[in-house]
Amino acid sequence: MAERPEDLNLPNAVITRIIKEALPDGVNISKEARSAISRAASVFVLYATSCANNFAMKGKRKTLNASDVLSAMEEMEFQRFVTPLKEALEAYRREQKGKKEASEQKKKDKDRKTDSEEQDKSRDEDNDEDEERLEEEEQNEEEEVDN
Amino acid sequence: MADMVVGRDKCGEQRLVSLPLSRIRVIMKSSPEVSSINQEALVLTAKATELFVQYLATYSYRHGSGKEKKALTYHDLSNTAEESETFQFLADILPRKILASKYLKMLKEKKERRRRREENNNDESDEAES
Repeated sequence: MAERPEDLNLPNAVITRIIKEALPDGVNISKEARSAISRAASVFVLYATSCANNFAMKGKRKTLNASDVLSAMEEMEFQRFVTPLKEALEAYRREQKGKKEASEQKKKDKDRKTDSEEQDKSRDEDNDEDEERLEEEEQNEEEEVDN
Repeated sequence: MADMVVGRDKCGEQRLVSLPLSRIRVIMKSSPEVSSINQEALVLTAKATELFVQYLATYSYRHGSGKEKKALTYHDLSNTAEESETFQFLADILPRKILASKYLKMLKEKKERRRRREENNNDESDEAES
């Protein structure tokens, strides 16, 4: 599993922006300092991953999940990160849900269009009833998945 | 796989995470015992790294001597790694710097001390024999 050295680095531009936004206006950051922070960030990722992985293994899981990362932060004594991370997680989950619903809606619209093109006009009423029932069932399924 | 979480949408809303997920993932996977990483864990790690960068920068700035000069220097960072327990894990990669001349002087002195110790040992063994 050989990675080239540059692959383990994070992009300079993004790191610089994050630092600048965190520090007061007008503060300069030497190139050396910037590079040092970038390296530190990579080390942080490794440390966090290793720590999170321990929690996953404790739970007899092979896949790292969100709670493993949160536990790792506490373990590493970065409790101050836990609340903002939880908020970010919520925002991410909402966004994913929104995307899922949007793509499902698109699919439904597409199916409905195809159906109406194939069906006889005289059978329209029956089909509408079926669709309503289908929609209700789908909604119920969605609610279960979200739990 | 999406590189950025929540790219700028039509309303120009802020990204949830700025660091590229693909790169974060590469670093995470370089860890030998890790088999797989769920997407949420990836997003949270990226976000945590951003928080870490902010924290390291502000902490070092506040505790460092660069404050007077309104600058953040490497020196501030290595001080942090050395003196703060939270950032101890960075001590090896952010070592304090020393002038080459000073280091060479230290080496010389160390050599000198060792030589003198050896001389004393030889003297003692001589005495023991006589």
